[in-house]
Amino acid sequence: MPNRSFFWFFFPAGLAMILFIGLPIISTGIQSFYAQHDQILIEVKKCDPFGCKTSVVVDQEATSKIKEEKPLGKFNGFGTYVDRNHLASDQVSVFWSESKSLSEFIGKVGNLPFYKALVFTLTYCVIVTPCVLLLGFIIALSLNAISRKIRGPLIFGTILPMIVTPLVGSLVLFWMIDAEGIIGANLQILMDDPYLSVKSSKALTWITIIIYGVWHHSPFAFVVFYAALQTVPQEPLEASIIDGASRFQRVKHIVLPHIYPVVTFVALISLMDNFRVFEPIIGFSAEGSAQSLSWLIYDNLVNEEVILFGSAAATSIMTIVGISIILTPVLLRTWKEFRTNR
Amino acid sequence: MDFGLDKKSNSLKTFNTIFIVIWLLLACFPFIWTFWGSFKVRADFFSRADWWYAITAFNTLIETGARFTKEAYSGAWFEGEFWKASRNTVIVTISVVSISLFLGTLGAYALSRSTKNYAFWILIIALIFRAMPHITLVSGYLFPFFQLQIWGILPTTIVVLVAINQPFTLWLLYSFFKTVPKELDESALIDGCSYFQAFRHIIMPVMWPGVITAGLFSLMLAYNDFTVTALLLNQENHTMVPKIQSYLGTNQHEGNLMWAVSAVVSATAPLFLLVMFFQRQVISGLTAGAIKG
Repeated sequence: MPNRSFFWFFFPAGLAMILFIGLPIISTGIQSFYAQHDQILIEVKKCDPFGCKTSVVVDQEATSKIKEEKPLGKFNGFGTYVDRNHLASDQVSVFWSESKSLSEFIGKVGNLPFYKALVFTLTYCVIVTPCVLLLGFIIALSLNAISRKIRGPLIFGTILPMIVTPLVGSLVLFWMIDAEGIIGANLQILMDDPYLSVKSSKALTWITIIIYGVWHHSPFAFVVFYAALQTVPQEPLEASIIDGASRFQRVKHIVLPHIYPVVTFVALISLMDNFRVFEPIIGFSAEGSAQSLSWLIYDNLVNEEVILFGSAAATSIMTIVGISIILTPVLLRTWKEFRTNR
Repeated sequence: MDFGLDKKSNSLKTFNTIFIVIWLLLACFPFIWTFWGSFKVRADFFSRADWWYAITAFNTLIETGARFTKEAYSGAWFEGEFWKASRNTVIVTISVVSISLFLGTLGAYALSRSTKNYAFWILIIALIFRAMPHITLVSGYLFPFFQLQIWGILPTTIVVLVAINQPFTLWLLYSFFKTVPKELDESALIDGCSYFQAFRHIIMPVMWPGVITAGLFSLMLAYNDFTVTALLLNQENHTMVPKIQSYLGTNQHEGNLMWAVSAVVSATAPLFLLVMFFQRQVISGLTAGAIKG
């Protein structure tokens, strides 16, 4: 296709992507170097019959004027990145020199907001992704062994958790697991503890969110694996059956190697999706004990007093860095595929 | 994998069936339970005394005189103005789907017919864009949108969702157009058609299977979105999903929980029906290049 026609065909889609994906990333980058203005304080001398007092008050007029002049805020360089709510370099170095043991140091650092969120995000990714792969693969294998006639409705039932939005999915589960819901109430009876509630303990909240993650993402892995299973060649399987291979051996030596490229791809995609976990935290109202990087950004953006653009942007940039690290293998793979196809 | 040779043992078959039944229960029961509970009063569905009330409808009988009540639905839809939210969702969804398919088909067709290097780079960039968490993009939008005073209105959100949706739509339609033989439109070009005429008369009639799949995914993205709609729309213009969140209140015991329950059911039901009819397309879209929407 000549360049000219290509340009006109691609122009609308390209423009939309540049304006609303490319530019926002740049805008986030710029915002991360600014912080909101300090309030301008003035000393006011107030005299009453009992004497004169000077007090410090906010000069509303000057504050709003400077806000109007420089709406982006004051230039802060990398200040936001290293402050207490982000990388907290000062605090970390203080902890490093003060702590007597490594575990004490890790414990202290783990209480800083950014590292707390990072720990949760990574824990979530590391546990959910392999579970999703495993469960998805087992469901695909089992469904594949079931009669073709009833597979359609079964597949429909299986993909339900995936097609609802994470907020709705987590709410539906939360209402059952909560102390007043069907599962929560039965757990209380079972454990003989009338005060048992998911929200009361950090560990339980984490486990709930992780279970939710597996529940929500497994259908995606299932669908891809199921489609891949349909392409497994029959001859080697038949040959191995004649040679006396057990079912497990067949899966391990023939099926798995065949669908291996798909497995890595699903793993990377779900890793990327899990890295941006955020809606379940709202659905389970788990802000107290589980925070993720995306949730930190959301929290800054819905801040009631003043929206913390700079802080949100700095966390965003660091999230993007994290995503890029996960994304690199995907890109390399696509690259290779493309080169060989051409 | 239907092996004629494979004689499965009975125990394996039973185990397999039990596993599938358990999994299906796990996957579907929460939805069935919520659907059932949405016709009860709060004291039954969130019973402090006995969860069994949700089944026997103890309090529902006392409060309304029947085992099932539509109270939660009428409350959410009229008093809670869920009708407004669903109207907004319909506007957003239809606009997003039609605009993003229009842009996506043109762009993806060009990408699939170009042999230049830049087409490859565009696809790579689209892949990077797809991986960006939406919340980081939103944090980039808010400030400029406040300055331009286009925050809070539906058109802004529609354009943003179209753009966020483009990378996935482009990839999906690109892999679809690759399967449409080149000779088809090339012969039209030789006969003197322009590229646009070839697209209009040759490609458009055969592209519908791919377009339906891409459309379904745009629809699911626009319909299900929370991050963008919650932060870029004002209260008045909220779509269904942020509206559900607003019913929750800041803690469990404020807000109107039963409204949220009935709203969840109302929002989920159309989606389930849709997927039921278009299951084949959804699955083919998920497996095409194994890129998720």
